[in-house]
This record gives sequence, structure tokens and C-alpha cells, in this order.
Amino acid sequence: MKTFKIGGVHPQENKLSASEPIRQAPLPQVAVFPLGQHIGAPAKPIVSKGDVVKVGQPIAEAGGYVSAPIHSSVSGTVLKIDTVIDASGYAKPAVFIQVEGDEWEESIDRSKQLVRLEEHPELTDKDIIAKIQNAGIVGLGGACFPTHVKLSPPPGNKIEWVIINAVECEPYLTADHRLMLEHTDEILVGTTLIMKAVGVTQGFIAIENNKPDAIRLMTEHARAYTGIEVVPLKVKYPQGGEKQLIDAVVGRQVPAPPALPASVGAIIQNVGTAYAVYQAVMKNKPLFERVVTVTGKSLAHPSNLMTRIGTPMNLLIDECGGLPEDTGKIIGGGPMMGKALVNTEVPVCKGSSGILIMTGTDARRAKPGPCIRCGKCVTACPMGLEPYLLADGAAREMWDLLEHNDITSCIECGSCQFTCPAHRPLLDYVRIGKSTVTGIIKSRS
Amino acid sequence: MANQLIVSLSPHVHSGDSVQRNMYGVCIALLPALLCSFWFWGLGAILVTTVSVASCLFVEWSVNKFMLKNPRLTITDGSAVITGLLLAFNLPSNIPLWMVGIGALFAIGVVKMTFGGLGCNLFNPALAARAFMLISFPVEMTTWPTTGQPFTTYADAQTGATPLALIKDAVKTGDASLLDDLPSAFDMLVGATGGCMGEVCALALLLGLGYMLIRHIITWHIPVSIIATVFVITGIMHWMNPVFVSPVIEILSGGLMLGAIFMATDYVTSPMTPKGQLVYGIAIGVLTVIIRTFGAYPEGMSFAILIMNAFTPMINMYCKPQRYGAVEGSDK
Repeated sequence: MKTFKIGGVHPQENKLSASEPIRQAPLPQVAVFPLGQHIGAPAKPIVSKGDVVKVGQPIAEAGGYVSAPIHSSVSGTVLKIDTVIDASGYAKPAVFIQVEGDEWEESIDRSKQLVRLEEHPELTDKDIIAKIQNAGIVGLGGACFPTHVKLSPPPGNKIEWVIINAVECEPYLTADHRLMLEHTDEILVGTTLIMKAVGVTQGFIAIENNKPDAIRLMTEHARAYTGIEVVPLKVKYPQGGEKQLIDAVVGRQVPAPPALPASVGAIIQNVGTAYAVYQAVMKNKPLFERVVTVTGKSLAHPSNLMTRIGTPMNLLIDECGGLPEDTGKIIGGGPMMGKALVNTEVPVCKGSSGILIMTGTDARRAKPGPCIRCGKCVTACPMGLEPYLLADGAAREMWDLLEHNDITSCIECGSCQFTCPAHRPLLDYVRIGKSTVTGIIKSRS
Repeated sequence: MANQLIVSLSPHVHSGDSVQRNMYGVCIALLPALLCSFWFWGLGAILVTTVSVASCLFVEWSVNKFMLKNPRLTITDGSAVITGLLLAFNLPSNIPLWMVGIGALFAIGVVKMTFGGLGCNLFNPALAARAFMLISFPVEMTTWPTTGQPFTTYADAQTGATPLALIKDAVKTGDASLLDDLPSAFDMLVGATGGCMGEVCALALLLGLGYMLIRHIITWHIPVSIIATVFVITGIMHWMNPVFVSPVIEILSGGLMLGAIFMATDYVTSPMTPKGQLVYGIAIGVLTVIIRTFGAYPEGMSFAILIMNAFTPMINMYCKPQRYGAVEGSDK
């Protein structure tokens, strides 16, 4: 069975909510839309206080090419444009909307009827990309890179494959898994749309073999589509990392930054993004809701919720049985790469794949000891780096050493810190080193 | 509520691995060989082991307690226990106990703690102490009681030559017939031969290796590269001139198995990358054969490892892991 070649770890999977069907999350009273919920320039608000908006109506336009518009996920009145603490922990400008009813834009096709690409032969690659751009779609795996930019690789790159990332290698998260089981054909049509947009005839859907039901279902349904192959992968973290996934599926490695995956002929899209692309192109539905896994060992009912963007997370936690007494940490995303939240009012953004509740005992880090030089971090690193050296160099501010040892290649997957027997905060240090060295390199040019 | 939330950077989970798990894992891997030494040498072996482990723990505790500004309780991490066990494994079972105490003082006090304690020492503490004792107490360190005398007091034990001493004599005199006195390969595998307490029973040591590989405490690179290198080189030598002993006997004799499995694989003093570990292992193998064949001592393993310990920082500097996406020819 295929997997990536260098490094990797195997955290406990803990997919508590894997058998929970996706259900609709309740509507919030006030929905909050941070303007910077994607990589690139923040969106610019186009509504003001007192405006009445419908579900799916744009409330902020893209702030540049690498940016994305934001659509209201609720109907109601704009309360204010103020700051809110988002998943990053910083206060960011946001649009607040008082929810009144649930009135959708008429242009959105709310029927369940599947529309295949063959029914719309008039769609060109440019039409598809334009619709994706207007729908505000960004990478839903968590990176939130605007999808239309990714689908328009710089000239000179010959794209050969589209790889749909359905690996979901983060422990606990099951949103992508459920989406595949419940919206199989929509994902496959979304994949054909992405393939058409970048002009390739070969698409892969990569799924780790801890989801045999999804592999079986997707493989069966994929027979009705030309050029789509389901690739089962051996379970290994961080297989969902773009670079690792390309290596695992087609056996090519992307050169060091600033090279893009496109330079080896691959475009990666998350399976949730493929679903959103289908909704945007075939149903005229902008990106304003997504599946969020709400989970945790202490949580009464771990669930997968179809959630409107802007819903505060405490509403979702209440929907799943309420915040347990002994909660020590709330993580936006999965346990390996997610961010610890500072409060529970943080709104769900486009990139929020999960909310993980950890008890106080689980959440506390063990006391670090001295490095015993066992080399386990080196073995674990999927980028072939030496985390012990990078962490040590960062602590000593030896920026030259870090640059020569390729610290900028670090993908911050956390495998090194996860595996360290001495519980050393390796990635904390590597992050400091990486951002400093990146700054030094930038200041040179 | 909000102010009680823990906010820290990812990753938020840990594998559960710990220094203790690895260190005590090594101790468990050492058990078969330890029990063999008790079986062969009884009281003497038990006394030497007990004194060695206890003195190592005591020295580490004392240094922490009386000499450091910020005392830490480090004796529970298991590394001093390993040093104690390995030091005992490197001694004859009839050595006077006060010498064992001096060895422990050197191993922990000088080689480990003066360099900064766990993780900072340049040389393998147990091996450096063995080398120190070999120079300080040459007679006591090279008088080997023969096996199978568990009930005699250690001072009265019968002693005999080790296979390596016989091999050395054969090479020196060029008289291959001396090799006829060697025990059979099977005897050497199970340990019916003279030598240090922990080194004689290759089978028990290999059991320990299997355990450490299964528990992912070490990887195969260092032990396999050392044993294979010695096997290949001595194989060629034996094929060219039968005065050199057969490679099977060579890899089963002396401290080779003990060194390759437990000494050279010491985390702190061995390279970090698989590539570096292979370089290190092969170099130890070559040095061992050279010292065994041409050096003054019959045994070369411990010196080979100590020499390569000194090269470990350099190996780490040059043997980088294979970077993801490194395009051939774009070496920077």
C-alpha cells in the first residue's frame, strides 16, 4: 500500500465521531464573519450597519487577487463592523449580523438533484474558475488558500494530475470521512470540475485505509466518471500534507520552497473543497457552510455538524452535550496542527474543520527533560530535517546555521515534538527559528 | 471559564514515549545477559552488579545534591542504572569491589556529570570507565574466571584465557594450531567461555537486541553494520590465511556483541541519522578488526567505540538525513 517515503508518525486515531451522520447545526443569534479567514489580503466589507442581508449574499469583496470574498451564511441585519478574537487568538475586524429567519438568495439551487458536468457542456475552464472565485472558496483542509489562485498555476507548469486530499490524517477529525459517505457523487462531480478547470484527464482521490467504507463507496461510484481513480493509502501522519500526499500518490517530491506542487505537475484539493466547488458551480451556492467535527473524549455526543460560517463555537459545543466540567483546552482543528482557542465565542471560519475538547490532564504538556540525542525526531520528520538541531539553533539564535539546515522547509506538522521522549518543545523553537530566518531571507531581496 | 483554558502551540498530543520508557526498556533488554552472568558466576556476578549499579546511582545523586547549583533528581531516569549494568557487564566477576566503586565514580562523576549530565557526555560512560580501569588495574581487569562456578567465593575462582587471547597468540606466533584450543562456535554462542560478565553469552545479548528492535528503542543500523563489517573483513582475512580465526568465531568472541548491541547504540554518543549510524557502525567494525589483529590488546571493541564516540559530532555534521525534495545535483 502506498504512502510517503520520508519520516512520519502514527498518532492514536480516536475517530470518535466516524459513525455519526452529518446533521444541521442550529442557527446562531449573531453570526460573526472575520474578514481575514483565508491566506492573502483580508476581504473588504461591502455592507454597513443596518443593511439587511440574505443567506448567500456577499458581505465582503476580495481584497486583491490572492484573497476571497465572504458571503453571509444567515439572513438578518448587519449589527456592526467590529473586532473579534478568532482562532488565531488575535482580535481581527469582522462583520456582525443579527440573525432573523433563514431567507436564502433566490439564485441558489437548494434541490438535492445531482447535476453532472455532462449536463453543462457549455462550461469552460474559465467559467469554472470564475465561479469558484466568486463563491469565495478557499482550501477547506485548514490552510485556507484561495482555490481560484491554486487552480491558475503560473505559466510554465504542466499540470498532469488533480489529487483530491481525502486523507484526513489528523486524529479525531471525521468531517471529510462523513462527507465522502454522504455526498459521494457531489464530490466526484466536484473533482471532474476541478480537473476540467486545470485541463487534466487524470484525477486521484487519496483516502487512508482507516476509512475502508469510504474507499469502497468512492471506488464504486467513481466507475461512473472517467479518469478518476481512488487511491487507498497506508495510515501515516502527516499524509494530508500537500508535499507528503504528492509523494505518496504519484511518487514525486516538490523541490524546496518557493517551488509549488504545480512544478511537479500536481494540483491538490481537499475533498471538502471539491464538494464546495460542486455547490458553487452547479448549484450557485457560495461557500457559507461546512462540516465541522465537534469531538473529544469527555464530550457527551461527538458529532459532525453542517455549520454556517460565523457560528460561535460554544453553540456547537452545546449542541454536542455542552462543555464538560474538566475541560482544559479547546482546539480549533485537530490535535496535531490545530490551534488552542482562547475562548469559546470564536466563530467558525472557512477553515474550521473541527473543535476538539481536551480534559485538563490531557491538555497539559509534560515537563521537558534534556535531549538524549536518540534521533527519533530526525526519523519522524517528514521533510528530512533535523528538528533537534533546528530547535537548539533557534534557542541559541544561530540563524545562519538554521538557514543552512533548511529550516524554511519545515511544514510545522509537529511529528518531532509528538515523538520526542524527553517531551521537548521542539516545534515551539523551530517556529521561532523559521519565522526569523524567513524574515532575514526576505530582507535580503 | 475562559481564563482557565490552556493555550499552547500544536501539537497538542504526544506519543507517550518517554526517556524512562526507553532507558528501562534497555534495562529489560539487558536482563537475559544479566541472568546468564548470575548463572555462570553466581555470587561474584551478583555482588559486582549490585555494587556497580548502586555506586553509579549514588555518584549521580551526590553530584546532583552537593555539587550543582540547581539540584535535580535525575537518578530515576534510568540512565545511571544502564551505566551501572553495562559497567558490570564489562568487568570480570572476581574483580575486587572497591575497584568497581572507582569505576562507577569515573563513569558517572567524570565522564557523564562533568560534561553536563544526561545527553551531554561525549563518551559512553561505562566504556570510558572500562578503559580507565583497564589502565589502572591491568591485572585484575584481565583475569577471567572460567564459567560454571556459581558457588565459589569470587577470590578463589578458577581463571582461564579468553578466546580472544588465544586468537591473538595465534596471529602473533603464526601458529594456526593454537586455534584448536578455542571453544566451539556453539559454546561461544551460549557463553561457555571466559570473559567479562555480560559479554560471553551472545544468544542472551541477541535476545536483548530483538526486544529493543521490537519496542523501537533502537534501530538496526548500528548493530547490524558493526557485526556485518567485522564478519566480512575477518571472513576475507580467514579465507586468505587460516591463521586468522573464522569470522563466525570472531563475531561471537569478546565484547563484540555486547558492544555492537548495547554500547555503540547508546543514544547520547552515537550519530542521529541512519546514514550517520551506518558510517559509525562500519568504522567501529573496521577499527575493531584492526585493533584485535594488530593492537597490543586482544580486545578492540571498546576502544573502537570510544574512538568513534569522538567522531560522532563530526558525523552528525556531515551525514544529513535525506531532505524531502532534494533534487539531485542541486547540492547547496
